[in-house]
Amino acid sequence: MKIVIDEERCVAAGQCVSAAAKVFDQREEDGIAVLLDERPPAELAPDVRQAAAVCPALAIRIEE
Amino acid sequence: MTETATTEELPEFPAPRLGKCPFAPPPGLLELQDADKPVRRVRIWDGTTPWLVTTHVAQRQILSDPRLSATIARDGYPHTTEAMKVHASEMQPSINNTDGAEHTRWRRMLTSSFTRPRMQKLRPAIQQITDDLIDKMLAGPNPTELNEALSLPLPSLMICELLGVPYDDHEFFQEHAGVTNAVFKSPEASAATAATLRSYISGLIEKKMDDPGEDVLTDLAERVKAGDLAMEEAAPLGHILLVAGHDTSANMITLGTALLLQNPEQLAGLREHAHDEKYVANAVEELLRYLTLPHLLARRAVVEDIELGGETIRAGEGVIASLPAANWDPVAFPEPATLDLARAAAHHLAFGWGPHQCVGQQLARVELQVVFGTLFRRIPTLRLDAELDDLKFKEDSQAYGIYELPIAW
Repeated sequence: MKIVIDEERCVAAGQCVSAAAKVFDQREEDGIAVLLDERPPAELAPDVRQAAAVCPALAIRIEE
Repeated sequence: MTETATTEELPEFPAPRLGKCPFAPPPGLLELQDADKPVRRVRIWDGTTPWLVTTHVAQRQILSDPRLSATIARDGYPHTTEAMKVHASEMQPSINNTDGAEHTRWRRMLTSSFTRPRMQKLRPAIQQITDDLIDKMLAGPNPTELNEALSLPLPSLMICELLGVPYDDHEFFQEHAGVTNAVFKSPEASAATAATLRSYISGLIEKKMDDPGEDVLTDLAERVKAGDLAMEEAAPLGHILLVAGHDTSANMITLGTALLLQNPEQLAGLREHAHDEKYVANAVEELLRYLTLPHLLARRAVVEDIELGGETIRAGEGVIASLPAANWDPVAFPEPATLDLARAAAHHLAFGWGPHQCVGQQLARVELQVVFGTLFRRIPTLRLDAELDDLKFKEDSQAYGIYELPIAW
């Protein structure tokens, strides 16, 4: 699994961090989502999918 | 059937709550919910007939579609109140009233102040304030009233701290927030209250130009000083944050408490898991889903024809995405009328959806998690000191809630 974040779309809602704090964080200066782990281990896949599903800006893309 | 006859039969939005459950969305709204017909015309207060979107999937679709605009002066925008309609053309561009790149510019001025990591760092402070307020409540008269004792002071103290607004002014701004959110106010009263709050905020921003703090109004003051932002732009932004930052959470605390007291089994589960942050966080999502206090939103104007749910919605027409309907959509949330604090509810739309989703949602979450994790643990005998039928619910406010909640222990 590989994750791509579209920074232009991100609205800094913080939903991805709520869903998968081991994979996503928010940049201090503008709240834009940052990836802590671009290729997370399989056990985090459900959390990552949840993060993508609750992102209000549809800014998270998952490449399987 | 003639077109006129069809128009006459359109359902009204919002439908009255009626019925026995003031916590549920209006029965007349839920009756319109149909997975095969997620979009239909309704009639609103001014006689116009915007489209109503009732399903979770269709709402997510339209609220992230750039062909729909949040700008209230656009043709067809379905206004929530007469005051909004009368003043629509004079409204300054701001975070709630812009689209696309312009909206992004506004939003990014605020996002760093409300990130999840930052709000999590406030947790100990929020816990301390909550404990202090509960101490005070336990030492004071019994019965008491929850809005006054806990629901209003907690989020007001927090938003004052974040914005750099003196809490001593809370009676003043809480009263004006009530007018801001009222549905049936006159356009004159609305303009007067907006002007009062804006001049109050611009006064604070001016002070912070000379005497900066570490708060959002200081950030805005720096932008005004640097010429990046006009004072006429900064003041409405502060106004929106101050009103949205305390009134919404306050209503959720009161409504959530009343709802839990009506559901003793769920409340017992919450009490049992009060120290389990994950359980409490999930419970808060379910309360947000169930109660959906922005009950008259979300609203948009269509700027380019779209196809949705078998209908063609034309440019210049209005759309209302009823957030409570989406949150009670049985496809997204099986048995939606059952309050189940353990269900997966994080995909609810109580904070809206799309680029306009609530900026302050992570602050609200921490506040609600702390309150609901603490209140019933510290006061296990908490109970309503009134009949449910005698409570006055805020159907006439843009933020649903309860005017007064008498409680005892």
